[in-house]
Amino acid sequence: MNRNHWKMKLRGRSHVEEWLPAPTDPQQLDSPLEEIKAFATNFSGKLLVRHEIPIDDKMLANLVSTQFFTCIPSITQNPHQCRRCGNQLQRLFANIPCSKCGRTHVYCRKCIEMGRIMHCEPLYVWTGPTVNWKKYDQPCKWSGELTAHQQQAADQISQLIEKGSGELLVWAVCGAGKTEMLFPGLTRALQQGKRICIATPRSDVVRELLPRFQRAFPTVSIEALYGGSEHKEGKSQLILSTTHQLLRFARAFDVMVIDEIDAFPFHHDPSLAYATSRAARTDASNIYLTATPRSNQKRRISSQKLPTVFVPVRFHGEPLPEPTMKQSWDLRSSLKRHLLPSAFIQWFSKRSRPDRQLLIFVPTIELASQLVPSIQELCSQYSTKKMVDFVHAGDTNRKKKVDAFRAKKVFVLITTTILERGVTFPSVDVAILDAGHHVFDEAALVQIAGRAGRSPDDPTGEVVFFHNGKTDAMVHAIQSIKKMNKRGKEFN
Amino acid sequence: MFCIWCDTEIMIEVNWNNLFYPDHPKPLCDQCETKLDFLSGNQCTLCGRNWDFGNRCRDCARWEKDPEWQGVLTFNRSVFSYSKAIQEMVAKWKYRGDYVLVESFRQGFQAAFTKQFSFLEVAVIVPIPLSLERLSERGFNQAEALADFLNATTIQALTRIHGEKQSKKTRRERLVSTNPFEVVTHIKTPVILIDDIYTTGITIRHAAKKLRDAGCPEVYSFTLIRG
Ligand SMILES: [Zn+2]
Ligand SMILES: [Zn+2]
Ligand SMILES: [Zn+2]
Ligand SMILES: [Zn+2]
Ligand SMILES: [Zn+2]
Repeated sequence: MNRNHWKMKLRGRSHVEEWLPAPTDPQQLDSPLEEIKAFATNFSGKLLVRHEIPIDDKMLANLVSTQFFTCIPSITQNPHQCRRCGNQLQRLFANIPCSKCGRTHVYCRKCIEMGRIMHCEPLYVWTGPTVNWKKYDQPCKWSGELTAHQQQAADQISQLIEKGSGELLVWAVCGAGKTEMLFPGLTRALQQGKRICIATPRSDVVRELLPRFQRAFPTVSIEALYGGSEHKEGKSQLILSTTHQLLRFARAFDVMVIDEIDAFPFHHDPSLAYATSRAARTDASNIYLTATPRSNQKRRISSQKLPTVFVPVRFHGEPLPEPTMKQSWDLRSSLKRHLLPSAFIQWFSKRSRPDRQLLIFVPTIELASQLVPSIQELCSQYSTKKMVDFVHAGDTNRKKKVDAFRAKKVFVLITTTILERGVTFPSVDVAILDAGHHVFDEAALVQIAGRAGRSPDDPTGEVVFFHNGKTDAMVHAIQSIKKMNKRGKEFN
Repeated sequence: MFCIWCDTEIMIEVNWNNLFYPDHPKPLCDQCETKLDFLSGNQCTLCGRNWDFGNRCRDCARWEKDPEWQGVLTFNRSVFSYSKAIQEMVAKWKYRGDYVLVESFRQGFQAAFTKQFSFLEVAVIVPIPLSLERLSERGFNQAEALADFLNATTIQALTRIHGEKQSKKTRRERLVSTNPFEVVTHIKTPVILIDDIYTTGITIRHAAKKLRDAGCPEVYSFTLIRG
């Protein structure tokens, strides 16, 4: 009931079950069994357009007439819905005078980056024999140890995977070590011959996870799917994918893990929720990982509709640095003139660990570059180190600059919210200039605060919100961090 | 209304000017509209690119020196200069196949056409064709989509043979490479060729040459972008 309710909300009017054909009992085909098996591995659990199926026309027609493949209309009429991306916004459908069929008809604009969905071209669903995925004996070679907190979450994940059909939210603080918590459960899934997907909204997370999973499960076939990835076949038992790439899947996975369920663009774009939910089998174990649940998830947690396990303590066992707020009346006027607010200068000159690197978050790209000279001047006054740089989303040197900061070649890095997640630096102080700006919502502030104190060698770190009038987001972010620390203490 | 490029809502301010004569619904929001640069300032009289050093640019001087190509194209005019913004838009329109984006160019294309070509009393529009392979890949021909905006006689006078990607060859190679066009309708009046972009001028000149050889007295071209 809970789960169905969630799905209905994600899918709106059209339920996937209604139109997604069930596997048939296909007629005999005079192809060798090995070939059919290879097709099944390639195509089952997918929703594909013609050019994504590397089979010649004659063979494909044969597979369709024998019901190994079933064709379904790609876009419904009145109102239009795209069956690949779920789009129902009518303004994101447009007409095209199609030279293939000679008529003018709709196409979907929403998912066009993945290849255009045309009304005159069907989607292909594999309805032939299903795949028997491999059952592994001891697939996991990770030899690390979980903390008590991690273990508790890992146990619940394993239980859900064992049982199938259900949801679990893992609310783990930044730096809790959530990837490792998955390993016992995934091991269990692989022993049972289940198919697994780890999905995340952000492609850099996929790239970062791939080598870690390859090391942990060296004998398992693993594929990483993201825009621009080399392998896009998606025929492995364990798939790491951006939520975007799941637009090509349907009812594929027994275990669906969504990392950073609250991150952009997932919580902005209904088609990603649609795709993720459709990519999981109806009896799948759905596991969501987040450090900062959004309000809709929090509502479901507090009304006990979403089973939740907390991991309130970081893997190194130290509490989260609690942010402080510093008001500066001259904040906006100083920043406008590319100068630093007085409260910031005061704080900077008296930092408890002046040798610690500093990560400064600002609301806009322009401000990030404009503040460089002022920070340089301040550094030359109060510090022996003075390399200052700035970075933003469109920065082509982003990776280089982040690496330079990590290698301590840069002392102060000024950044937009682009570095709020994912990146870890062992030992930094964190300042937000103009924390009251609307780009810093509660989730962003908690994530930003989570950049400090990541290393066991330096598990503390200052986090300061500079503002000229505190916002609900700031207050709630600090409350939620304190609450987690309290939970951590109680657990101990 | 929503901007067809960035999908933000377009607020239409009602004032005394448009209260009784509402403006045409705008395809682009103001912010996106300003990203498209209309060609202006000094231009090469032959190819229409921005050029401050006399009548004809260096490329055109080179074309006109070659007896084979001399006078083949009377002149080219374009609507927009090349910019990152228009490159992105055209790429999504042409290669991703987001057909409706052509509406972004409608008004500018029509206005520039009237301004540049109304001196011609008779002329026939000929869109640069795609090869059948390319056409079936894309589902539409971008030059035809642009030609559809113009209130003039349009004739598909040419066909195109599928060949290697032009962009992979050097200028020299492209010049000597065989002409991919064939004339299917002989036209005895001036022709205005339509394409999305004039980059080196080779495609346009290949098409113009075939038309001229088949008896066309004058060939002009009009493209969306001067690359
Ligand atoms: Zn319900
Ligand atoms: Zn069609
Ligand atoms: Zn779509
Ligand atoms: Zn716009
Ligand atoms: Zn020129």
